[in-house]
Amino acid sequence: MSKTIITVVGKDTVGIIARVCTYLAGNEVNVEDISQTIVQDYFNMMMIVDTSGSTKPYAEMAAELDELGGAIGVRIRCQREDIFTKMHRI
Amino acid sequence: MINILEVNETNKMIEQEKLDVRTITLGISLLDCCDADLDALNRNIYEKITGLARDLVSTGREIELDYGIPIVNKRIAVTPIALVGGRACRSPADFVTIAETLDRAARDTGVNFLGGYSAIVSKGMTPNEEALIRSIPAALAATDRVCSSVNVGSTKTGINMDAVKLMGEIVRETAEATKERNSIGCAKLVVFCNAPDDNPFMAGAFHGVSEADAVVNVGVSGPGVIKHALEGVRGENFEVLCETVKRTAFKVTRAGQLVAQEASERLGIPFGIVDLSLAPTPSVGDSVAGILEEMGLESVGAPGTTAALALLNDQVKKGGIMASSFVGGLSGAFIPVSEDQGMIDAVNRGALTIEKLEAMTCVCSVGLDMIAIPGDTPASTIAGIIADEAAIGMINNKTTAVRLIPVIGKDVGDTVEFGGLLGHAPVQRVNGFCCADFINRGGRIPAPIHSFKN
Repeated sequence: MSKTIITVVGKDTVGIIARVCTYLAGNEVNVEDISQTIVQDYFNMMMIVDTSGSTKPYAEMAAELDELGGAIGVRIRCQREDIFTKMHRI
Repeated sequence: MINILEVNETNKMIEQEKLDVRTITLGISLLDCCDADLDALNRNIYEKITGLARDLVSTGREIELDYGIPIVNKRIAVTPIALVGGRACRSPADFVTIAETLDRAARDTGVNFLGGYSAIVSKGMTPNEEALIRSIPAALAATDRVCSSVNVGSTKTGINMDAVKLMGEIVRETAEATKERNSIGCAKLVVFCNAPDDNPFMAGAFHGVSEADAVVNVGVSGPGVIKHALEGVRGENFEVLCETVKRTAFKVTRAGQLVAQEASERLGIPFGIVDLSLAPTPSVGDSVAGILEEMGLESVGAPGTTAALALLNDQVKKGGIMASSFVGGLSGAFIPVSEDQGMIDAVNRGALTIEKLEAMTCVCSVGLDMIAIPGDTPASTIAGIIADEAAIGMINNKTTAVRLIPVIGKDVGDTVEFGGLLGHAPVQRVNGFCCADFINRGGRIPAPIHSFKN
């Protein structure tokens, strides 16, 4: 199974990474890489995660992360890695 | 490993520049549905389409969710109905029952359009094909989702001028039959020359006889992404301009190829082709006209427009062709007027005429598309415009098409609303000089000299 990319974009606030990671840990999703930048208080994070150990269906996880993003005040998206690798790698 | 800049670039294309996959079109052969009994034929058609396309819409939604890229339309294309209905249909009215069956199948599978109410008459017309063509006005008036197309010529066969004349009349009759809805039937009727068998885009999609039993074709899009990329190279020379279009087209097509492969795998139906087309929508920032103006034109229609479109069309192909294992369909840039806000604006400011659009069709992938004309335009004039476009296609070995909407009760200066993806259009002036004596000659225009390659 391919990896999943989670992106978090929005206004910076305390505890964004903590809350996202807590959710992922609670659902047996392994975080393999995190990179983030902050430009003018604008928080931008990308996580590469492995969902193969998770029992939660992908669609449900994507919906719950979207909901969590709403609660924090940021946009959280879940996308399979292929869309990025196909576009940027030959 | 993929990095945050690349992820952000892709997501910016999707969220801000309207990158989407325009359509997943499931091509279905109906040849094995043929029956001499009309009821049995209709039953076979309904069962085959709803059986094969049962999961098309839900699969499309799953792919959207997995990759976070919108798939705007899920559609179906079927074998030209003139071939399928031949044994059972005795009259145009019999053919209309098939259109109603197709409409029901489209509604029940959840697709927004189904194409293939078609006839391929590039050299001659069988009685069945003529009956289907004569049924088009009633069929498009009685249905919402069925799209019709007629191929009246090809480089290999020449142009069937009897069919051209007939289509001039049929376009008018279709406009009359749907005049309460701004003659919208004509928005679902395309007259082709050199129609491809695997085009996934409506209204001209059909599943040609050269195709397998079922096949998944995907149409990509992304005018907004190309325009944005060009904003970064303002004032640079043509080499830089072309290279930028090519690189961007590659990325857009890769997304389409991925969606096509996924859809094929999940539906268990072979992958056919990716159609590398820039298809605009009426929403702001999703315009092919916008790209041409970004290249340096004050307005689409200005001198230089044809050259700009030619290079755009060519670079999109060059960039896209390596990104996909199979390329087909129309592949190029679409220039529908009503579906592109930049084109509408150009017409309204007096910069873009039908004659200039005709010149543009010599170098792009389609033809005179979604153009509203006065409701009193004679059938022979419409046939003349169809003949001109077919000649461009025949001589240049390319697909051309005509989708004109003579809007009954409207004249130059009026605007017509078609709704949704079909957009809205200002009614455009048509050359008023008569060509009836030319059209009424009847017969065929022979194939051009360069078609004899054997």
